[in-house]
Amino acid sequence: MSEPAGTEEPSSERSSSAGTFSQVFAKALEGNTVTVTVLAIVTAAVVGGLLAAFTNPVVLHAPAGDIIPKAWSVVAGTYVALFEGSIVNPHTVAAFFQQASLPTAVHDGFLGAVFNPLSETCVAATPLILAGLAVAVPYQAGMFNIGGQSQLIGGMILSAWLGFGVSMPIVIHVIVCVIGGFVGGAVLGWLAGEIKARTGAHEVIVTIMLNYIMAYLLAYLLSSPSLLQKPGSTDLITPEVASSAHLPQLFGNGIMRVNAGFLLALACAFGAWWLMNRTTTGFELRAVGANPSAARVAGMRVEHAWVLVMSIAGGLAGLGGTAIVLGTDFAVNPSNFGTYGIDAITVALLGRGRPAGVVWAGLLFGALTAASPGMQSQANTPVQIVQVLTSVIVLFVAAPPLIRTMFRLRATRARGVGTTMSKGWNA
Amino acid sequence: MTTTASPRLPDLLPGDGSAGALGGARRFAMPATFLVFGLVDILLGARSHGSAILSFTPQFAKVTIPNLTIPAAGTCYLSGALTLLLAVAALVPAVAPRAVPSLGNRAWRRVAIGVVLFLFVIALLAWSDVSQSSGGSEAIPINIVNLLSGSLNQSIPIMLGAITGVICSRSGVINIAIEGQLLLGAFCAAIATSATGSLWIGLVCGALAGSLVGSLLAVFAIAYIVDQVVLGVVLNGLILGLTGYLYNSILVPYGDTLNSPATFNLWKIPGLGDIPILGPVFFDSTVFLYITYIVLAFVSFALFRTRWGLRTRAIGEHPVAADTVGIRVLALRYRNVILAGLIAGIGGAYFTIGSVGSFGINMSSGEGYIALAAMIFGRYTPWGAVLAALLFGFTTQLQSILSSINVPIQSNLLLLTPYVVTIIVVAGLVGKVRGPKAEGVPYVKA
Repeated sequence: MSEPAGTEEPSSERSSSAGTFSQVFAKALEGNTVTVTVLAIVTAAVVGGLLAAFTNPVVLHAPAGDIIPKAWSVVAGTYVALFEGSIVNPHTVAAFFQQASLPTAVHDGFLGAVFNPLSETCVAATPLILAGLAVAVPYQAGMFNIGGQSQLIGGMILSAWLGFGVSMPIVIHVIVCVIGGFVGGAVLGWLAGEIKARTGAHEVIVTIMLNYIMAYLLAYLLSSPSLLQKPGSTDLITPEVASSAHLPQLFGNGIMRVNAGFLLALACAFGAWWLMNRTTTGFELRAVGANPSAARVAGMRVEHAWVLVMSIAGGLAGLGGTAIVLGTDFAVNPSNFGTYGIDAITVALLGRGRPAGVVWAGLLFGALTAASPGMQSQANTPVQIVQVLTSVIVLFVAAPPLIRTMFRLRATRARGVGTTMSKGWNA
Repeated sequence: MTTTASPRLPDLLPGDGSAGALGGARRFAMPATFLVFGLVDILLGARSHGSAILSFTPQFAKVTIPNLTIPAAGTCYLSGALTLLLAVAALVPAVAPRAVPSLGNRAWRRVAIGVVLFLFVIALLAWSDVSQSSGGSEAIPINIVNLLSGSLNQSIPIMLGAITGVICSRSGVINIAIEGQLLLGAFCAAIATSATGSLWIGLVCGALAGSLVGSLLAVFAIAYIVDQVVLGVVLNGLILGLTGYLYNSILVPYGDTLNSPATFNLWKIPGLGDIPILGPVFFDSTVFLYITYIVLAFVSFALFRTRWGLRTRAIGEHPVAADTVGIRVLALRYRNVILAGLIAGIGGAYFTIGSVGSFGINMSSGEGYIALAAMIFGRYTPWGAVLAALLFGFTTQLQSILSSINVPIQSNLLLLTPYVVTIIVVAGLVGKVRGPKAEGVPYVKA
């Protein structure tokens, strides 16, 4: 977490940016944040590989001498499937170059097949980045937002309703729906912030309760034909969003699903960075997070900051829901909010609460998510391995001293990430 | 819990801005909340006709107790009137703070909150019992004994998880990993019971699993100074992923041998179990409920009446001072977090070998987070946490009973009421709860 000036020692990474190669290398050995993150990912991969290998029925039933080769093939299969499902599949590349001519290959969708895994990674990363920002931004202001799920649902409901219930001209419609999604989430964030500001009720309790309330409210809306349920349907699903409200796909109407929602997520990450680090409001928010009493003495309105930051966060999470509804699913059902609310916390933590970090963490988790069906079908590794991998990565990232001990790195002079993030929730 | 009151400085000092800023709105929060409840009671009365029947006889009981028939509308109106009276009474100290002595204030508040909630439930029961039978047919009795014993048993994991949370918080460690402790406890208890055939071994393994999560929490939080909120969420994710993964890769193919545990039988306490109404509610259950009683009595005594408790509260409030007088802060934190894990582990074991009889993915379904809310709601005391947990269990059970007798509300709306009530209660009646001062702050010796 970046802290306002004066509360922390100067961090090491800032001074390393202008270093020569040898200085950079020395920094790497000292265990700076990049090294720690890379090592954490490697360690998690090893742990995940061991888990995948020694719970696989093929390995468990293998004769004693055959265990190691069989285990190796399972691990290799899992990670090959991970690479092919999230970055590039060599078979599609080969197929692309076997076509008679480049134009026909592009026309027949072979190029799309090559880039499809990357596209799926971005699609999966979009709500993770937006919901991750919804955790990271309030964290800098000293609030812990577990309510990503409720805010995501709020955004989904409003953007979907605007999408199918209202007809508008083509460009305006999608803009109105996106704004509606922001508002839908922001209302729920505002509610949690306002309750805390007015009564002092802990935002952790309120946001957890709101998650349940919104999940059941969504189920209620979807089961009432007079409200959101698709007319003439018994399924719990809304009518399809009008095509004028779809977020445009970035590469035409081909196989690749990556859409403007991904650009929206990147823009929001930049906006969050700009807000928190380049504006007076952001400085106040961070000051309230670092020490509310000091901020109050300095004349800042602490309660106002809480409400503001929760509203912004809610809006960001709401945009995450909007990106799902208008970008890929085009209708709301009781399951497409998934587990983004909780996954967002992990994303925010891996990104260390910084917007740029959240983008990278969202892409990493998006890649794992996009590849998980392939890992299940090709290597017989259950999809839950993704959750294990992400948790182990964050656990190691959050504990730099552990990674340093394991890999015998020297300690940096500045304090580790874990310590700068540690403060009680009564602060 | 009068003994908990270590001096709450910010409450005493006029300079603390938060108290001042909240004061204006907060003074009227209680009367306003009571007013809402009173109006809802009266609204329910206006919509109910006929007589509600409450039954107190458990199934297969030898002695039957006559059913209680009450006029539904009258009951609702009476509850509403009493609640409104309490609202007016609550307004007096809000308008004229000096008029009433402040000493009795706290106890009075608690009693009033309890009475208002009780009246609300009575009105709700009366209304729901008559509203399910439209027309002249007589209402089906609502079985109060089933409602109460169901709520009590339903709350077992939440109660035990919340007690774990209280011990950890009082020691200065935030435990969000209660959810993970419950889930791993359930998982390990199911496997151990199925594999060995012994329920008691399963119970012990469940407890140890909770303790294992507790030791992970302790090591990362205390030795590696990881942020504890972060750590708890990550541990929950890890355990959810791990148990889900192992469920698919091991428990599904070998379900017969690894995921078909027996469950504990009901065990009626001789004598006490024969008391009418109270007996079947409190003394005719599985061993888990009795463990909960013992744990509650033990922890609430130990925390406020023993040297261990004093030291635990000291390291949670002011570890530097505790260290100065020779308390080994880190060692005590390790011990408390790891031992408290045993309690949550037992709570988790209830899911598999206490009620359901097999493990399912994410079977704790967020009850650990509810336990966390109950802990804060209960002001970090064992009794408070348990009562808050019972409130959740009760509303869940009430919801399932109401939906089974076809009350004309959409079941999803019923399902979300406990959470709305919690927000109202937390915001309107409880307000800002001050946790132990050093909760979540790692102790690093200077």
